[in-house]
Amino acid sequence: MTDKMHIKMTVNGQAQEFLAEPRELLIHTLRERLDITGPHIGCETSHCGACTVTMNGKSVKSCTVFVAQANGSDVTTIEGLGTPDNLHVLQMAFKEHHGLQCGFCTPGMITRASKLLEENPSPTEEEVRFGMAGNLCRCTGYQNIVKSILAAAAEMNAAKEAAE
Amino acid sequence: MIPAAFEYHRPKDMEGVLSVLAEHGDDARVLAGGHSLIPMMKLRMADVPHLIDLQDVGGLGGIDVADGTIRLGAMVTQAEIIAHEGLAKAAPILREASLQIADPQVRYMGTIGGNVANGDPGNDMPGLMQCLDATFTLVGADGERQIAAREFYQAAYMTAREDDEVLTGVSFTVPSGGYAYEKQKRKIGDYATAAAAVQITRDGETCSGAAIAMTNLSDTPIFSDAAGAALTGTQVTDSDIDAAVKAMLSDIDPTEDNRGPIEFKRHASAVILRRAIARAWSRA
Repeated sequence: MTDKMHIKMTVNGQAQEFLAEPRELLIHTLRERLDITGPHIGCETSHCGACTVTMNGKSVKSCTVFVAQANGSDVTTIEGLGTPDNLHVLQMAFKEHHGLQCGFCTPGMITRASKLLEENPSPTEEEVRFGMAGNLCRCTGYQNIVKSILAAAAEMNAAKEAAE
Repeated sequence: MIPAAFEYHRPKDMEGVLSVLAEHGDDARVLAGGHSLIPMMKLRMADVPHLIDLQDVGGLGGIDVADGTIRLGAMVTQAEIIAHEGLAKAAPILREASLQIADPQVRYMGTIGGNVANGDPGNDMPGLMQCLDATFTLVGADGERQIAAREFYQAAYMTAREDDEVLTGVSFTVPSGGYAYEKQKRKIGDYATAAAAVQITRDGETCSGAAIAMTNLSDTPIFSDAAGAALTGTQVTDSDIDAAVKAMLSDIDPTEDNRGPIEFKRHASAVILRRAIARAWSRA
């Protein structure tokens, strides 16, 4: 057992401060310490992406980040993207285009997709598939996830155009 | 999933890194992107009592393309390599290869230095760096030294880096001619069943030089001098490519695993090298 570290981070806009062992994985910090249980754990080999969050502007698999590394960082999870009463465009699109079934991969999928669309606002289908390749899904066969993301991109672009 | 406890260090400079390494020797390891080391720690296959996070250490970032030389700091991520337009222009093979490494999330974190220093023959950058004849810079208690990528790899997870040294960057001459990084893999994010890095220069209809390295077909990356030599001075006809493939096949030494038996890997490596040479030649 090592000494606990004093950790400070911002999660979904809220400052968090706590003591933790350095070896605690960010996914466990979120789920068990902060009760942010949208991000999930689907593997122990960094493949599935169910734990994906945005950390300092990057899509990261929070199962492969120690809380010690995340000290001082700014983290956004699915809970920070929208609320049940005010869904994010991507959340609405996944709902409308049946982009989820069991919902276990969905928080990671949508969090990753939000970053993908930020970097590439008008992706092709191929770019969506490649850009989402770090996220596995066992239910959908991906087809409707791709549709959902393309629909969200179109909607976000239309809203941007309307605003200009 | 649950790593063993460790003492965490986050020094601000290389002096701080080296002093932890000097104090704890084998018990200390540097942490770059963490996307090979943390998975091994979670499986308890790596025992790291002292972890030295490099994220705050100055001087380990940056992509420089100047005076015919490219220099990448060890902490440059795969995502940064892909996004860098100047690098894509000067050495497009890096973007081509990086896009075949892992997946988007891993590429935001995983670094060039970690990829080349890891010593896993599955990593793609080591063979590519041998193809480009890159030089690695290492810093230790006695100062800085340079070592050629072609001299760096000794066996699986065994490299010329000493335990108390840190790899701080890679550099290489801006390559010329055509290029290809061709990789056969089972799916996104998999290490190669077989992969080939090829740089080839041409003078009219004649190949004036070729460098060929193979990935994951031995316990180290394989720079096949003979394969490159087999193409040099030829018109890169089918029979010249046959000769290069034959030379490559006598340099590799694949082992059987769940990517296939030895004969299959030899077959796949021949197919991959043929494709890589053809594509590189078409771009030369």
